[in-house]
This record gives sequence, C-alpha cells and structure tokens, in this order.
Amino acid sequence: MLNSQSALDLMFQALADASRRSMVERLCRGPASVSELAAPLAMSLPAVVQHLQVLEASGLVRSEKVGRVRTCAIQPAALRAAETWIHERRLFWEHRLDQLGAFLAEQGDEDKGRTP
Amino acid sequence: MSQRSAVHATFVIEKHYPAAPERVFAAFADPRLKARWFVGPSEWGPSEHRVDFRVGGRELSAGGPAEGPKHRFDALYQDIVPNERIVFTYDMHLDANRISVSLTTIEFAPADGGTALKFTEQGVFLDGYDDAGSREHGTRLLLDQLGAVLAHGDAAH
Repeated sequence: MLNSQSALDLMFQALADASRRSMVERLCRGPASVSELAAPLAMSLPAVVQHLQVLEASGLVRSEKVGRVRTCAIQPAALRAAETWIHERRLFWEHRLDQLGAFLAEQGDEDKGRTP
Repeated sequence: MSQRSAVHATFVIEKHYPAAPERVFAAFADPRLKARWFVGPSEWGPSEHRVDFRVGGRELSAGGPAEGPKHRFDALYQDIVPNERIVFTYDMHLDANRISVSLTTIEFAPADGGTALKFTEQGVFLDGYDDAGSREHGTRLLLDQLGAVLAHGDAAH
C-alpha cells in the first residue's frame, strides 16, 4: 500500500541501486527494449527484469510489450501528478476538518449563550 | 498528450475537537449542521450541496473558484455507526475529469474530554493533472530530484 510519503520513498529506493540508476540514465535518453537495457550490464536478463519491476513499481518507468519486444520508457510525470493530487486532496480535507473545528467552537459558544 | 495512470495512495488525518463524539458525529449526520462547515474556501462562489445520510444514501457537493475548475464530490454512504464511525466511497471530478475514486473511514473516539477524529482515505488517483503548465513544472521538479539523487549516487562511488 502506498501512502503519499511512500510514493516518493519507493522512487528513491528504486534509485538507491547503481544498476537501476544506470537503467534510468539510459532511459532518460529515450525508450529502450529490455535487451538494450541489459546489454551494458553484467547481469542475467531475469535480474534485469527484476530491477525493471522495481522501477515500474516506483512509477518511474513504464514498459509495454509489442509483439515479442518489451519497450521501457521513463515516466516521471504520472507519479509527480499523482503526488500533486494526493497533496491537494489532503489539503481539501484538512481545510474542511478545520472548518468543522471552527463550527463546533462556534456552536459551543451558542449553547453557552442559551443556558445562562 | 493525456497519459493514463492509476496511483494508489492512503493518507490519514487526525484531529482533536473539544466537543463530545455525539456533537462531532451530529455535525456529519445532520445536513443542516453539515452545511455550516462542509463548504469550499470563501473565495469560491455559491455551491451545491445535497446530503442523504443513511447507508446507501448519496452526498453531492459541487463548487469551485469563479474561473474554474468546478470541483464535484459525489459520495455513497457504506457504513454508519452512530457516534463511532462513518464509511463512504466517493469520486472527485474536476470539470469533466474524474481525478480519483476513494474509500474513506472516519472514526470518532472520546479523548481528553473531547473527540479524537481519525480520517483515513484510501484511493486511486487517476490520469495525472491535465494541465500542461503544472505537468511541465512537476516534471522539471522531479527531474531536478532525479539529478540530485544521481549526483549523490556518483559521489558515493
């Protein structure tokens, strides 16, 4: 389960690994297939796929399979936009619940006014 | 270009009110009381608000700044335990775009002579912000953060 903090945490965790950073650096230059991503790395294809899964879970990278080729692309905007929503939604409720507090205080004063 | 995305998130807000749970609950349950506080910022124009507070009942609240966009909150009450708990699902539209679908739980508990209110929202946030300026700004911020992380990573080698 993500929360508004951990969406960023996931992203930073994804970037905490040197192999994944090199994959991100490669993808910053443009989309690439999984084998293109694996080529410069000294690791098996399944290991590359595992790293890719971490990057995808973080929202940084998205991949799409067309025929037999899985193409990966950097995807920063979606995650950032979701962060914006979550932040705005929290502000929306914080504001409403503060208004509830103000209303309850006002209502308390009215009650006191009625019962001398 | 509009990107499809679905990001799941949970957030919790905790408040303490110096009023008994019965009074805090009533401020949600009684539509006349709810209308006193469940309103947008003062700079928003007149808003629409309809509440049918019962399990299976709906609540609609719509309004926004004069220049737009119109915010539309459409909720369905799922579970109500008087003075203790309210569970509802809702979706939020900005103009014609559904930006999220959420499950919200509000729990009321007596605490320190008043009420501890715990608000938990679990939601799916959809398709990002369809505003080119914000998107570009957000992307630049993220790329700056990325750059900082990459630089830090290099420094560690």
